Amino acid sequence: MKLSRPARVTLGTITIVVLAVIYLPLLVVFINSFSTSANLTWPPPGFTLEWWGKAFRNQGALNALGTSVQIALASTAVALVLGTLISLALQRFRFFGRDFVNLLVILPIALPGIVTGIALNNFFRTIMDVRLGILTIIVAHATFCIVTVFNNVIARLRRMGTSLEEASADLGAGVWTTFRLVTFPQLRSALFAGGLLAFALSFDEIIVTTFTAGAGVSTLPIWILDNLFRPNQAPIVNVIAVVLVLVSIIPIYIAQRIGGQEHVAK
Amino acid sequence: MVGDQGLVSVTERDVVAPPRATAARRISTFLSSHARARLALLLSAPLAWLVLVYIVALAALLITALWTVDSFTGEITQTWNLDNIIEVVTGSLYQAVTLRTIGVALLVTVVDIVIALPIAFFMAKVASPRLQRILVIAVLMPLWASYLVKAYAWRSVLAEGGLADSVSGGNSPGYGLPATIVTLAYLWLPYVILPIYAGLERVPNSLLEASSDLGASTGRTLRLIVLPMLWPAIIAGSIFSFSLSLGDYITVNIVGGANQLLGNLVYTNVGAANNLPLAAAIALIPIAIMVVYLGVVRRTGALENL
Repeated sequence: MKLSRPARVTLGTITIVVLAVIYLPLLVVFINSFSTSANLTWPPPGFTLEWWGKAFRNQGALNALGTSVQIALASTAVALVLGTLISLALQRFRFFGRDFVNLLVILPIALPGIVTGIALNNFFRTIMDVRLGILTIIVAHATFCIVTVFNNVIARLRRMGTSLEEASADLGAGVWTTFRLVTFPQLRSALFAGGLLAFALSFDEIIVTTFTAGAGVSTLPIWILDNLFRPNQAPIVNVIAVVLVLVSIIPIYIAQRIGGQEHVAK
Repeated sequence: MVGDQGLVSVTERDVVAPPRATAARRISTFLSSHARARLALLLSAPLAWLVLVYIVALAALLITALWTVDSFTGEITQTWNLDNIIEVVTGSLYQAVTLRTIGVALLVTVVDIVIALPIAFFMAKVASPRLQRILVIAVLMPLWASYLVKAYAWRSVLAEGGLADSVSGGNSPGYGLPATIVTLAYLWLPYVILPIYAGLERVPNSLLEASSDLGASTGRTLRLIVLPMLWPAIIAGSIFSFSLSLGDYITVNIVGGANQLLGNLVYTNVGAANNLPLAAAIALIPIAIMVVYLGVVRRTGALENL
């Protein structure tokens, strides 16, 4: 299929327009983070660095950021282990109930967050009788993060095939040695990409978090929701959003580099 | 490349140095000859987690929906009855909100797919590898900006006297269902673009060339070659946008005016109204909708494309 020049130009134009629409609200947020108006009137009456200074000294926001990073790291770690195990099981074996297990992995992300939230809230409070807190958030987040690791790893396993692992076993390597020296190095970048998505998913999650956080625990999204409609805090929220987008470039860039190199290597 | 290095080290380690008969070695030998044991070892931890945490929680939710709240004490009484379910299925409020929620979720999904298709196609089949990488980053990056901040940005864009008003000459849709649909479609767009892009990447260029060499027009190639191969990826994207819209209550609070979706009803009943059984019964509606949806799309192979 050879696309005509007008078709290519049209596609390119649509892409540019949509990207512009995607970034326009982010641009508004960026500009508002410098606005002298505390209630975000448009256009900004003047510009100031006041909010940037205040954001970096805001103890509530910094604490919430710390909590969010802690939760995202822990749930990503759990998701990496469980996601890798389950994708190895589903990709390398045929067994009864395989479809059910596959559905089980997808369900926590395929069901709306409010369902997962209320189900886990009810489970923790009435069945397990545990106090809601950081630990319950981690359990909840890990549950729906498994699928992002699973998707990346199983796609890689499908492409890898089993010949290298078989060669390793034929040469006398045990199960563990083969995994450590043959399987794992090939999975590394898929694990990184899956882990990155899991981290992002956990870091920004608000609905399930609201239901599993309990009083007193504030993740960054919860802090943002609490402060979004307060006149003197809204500009600080804008600063935080801008910082998050800018910081996110680093891991996404690394993931792309790793992916790109493997593309070239093949 | 990476695999080759791994292979070299295996040879050095285990053929040159003879293996010692440690306990670990014995377990390894046992495992390499017993596939079932290997499978059990792989599957037990994740399966236990998912069943113990998630399936048990869903089952408990179903049971809770069958209980009632004592209107006097506010305590849950564990008497089994179908009152909540019947109220949710027959109550006109719930029917209206369910239909509205399904409508919003469907529209958001359609809007997202229509926007995602040309972009994903441009990324996968027109852009140079370098531009492709930049575009993937450009699509991924907004995912890191807080969901709340993006919804709030749309609130200020759609506000009275906001950007939409000044651009359209005072004809901004304002807050309401259209604003909710626009904002949700905006929020979930990357989740729809990425699987469709990945799906298009898997369509080999050689197939497209063969089709055009055999005389098919571009439209015919798209319809008969690309679309059938892309279908699972499109469905996969739609699962995200549909399910995420189905359970949302925060965006509609921020830009939806007085409108309520199913999520709002669940949220109010858990919190302010303190009626967990009724909230559980309402939550069964999106579960039922998603189970039907997943059941229908399972055959397309979409679940492997999520």
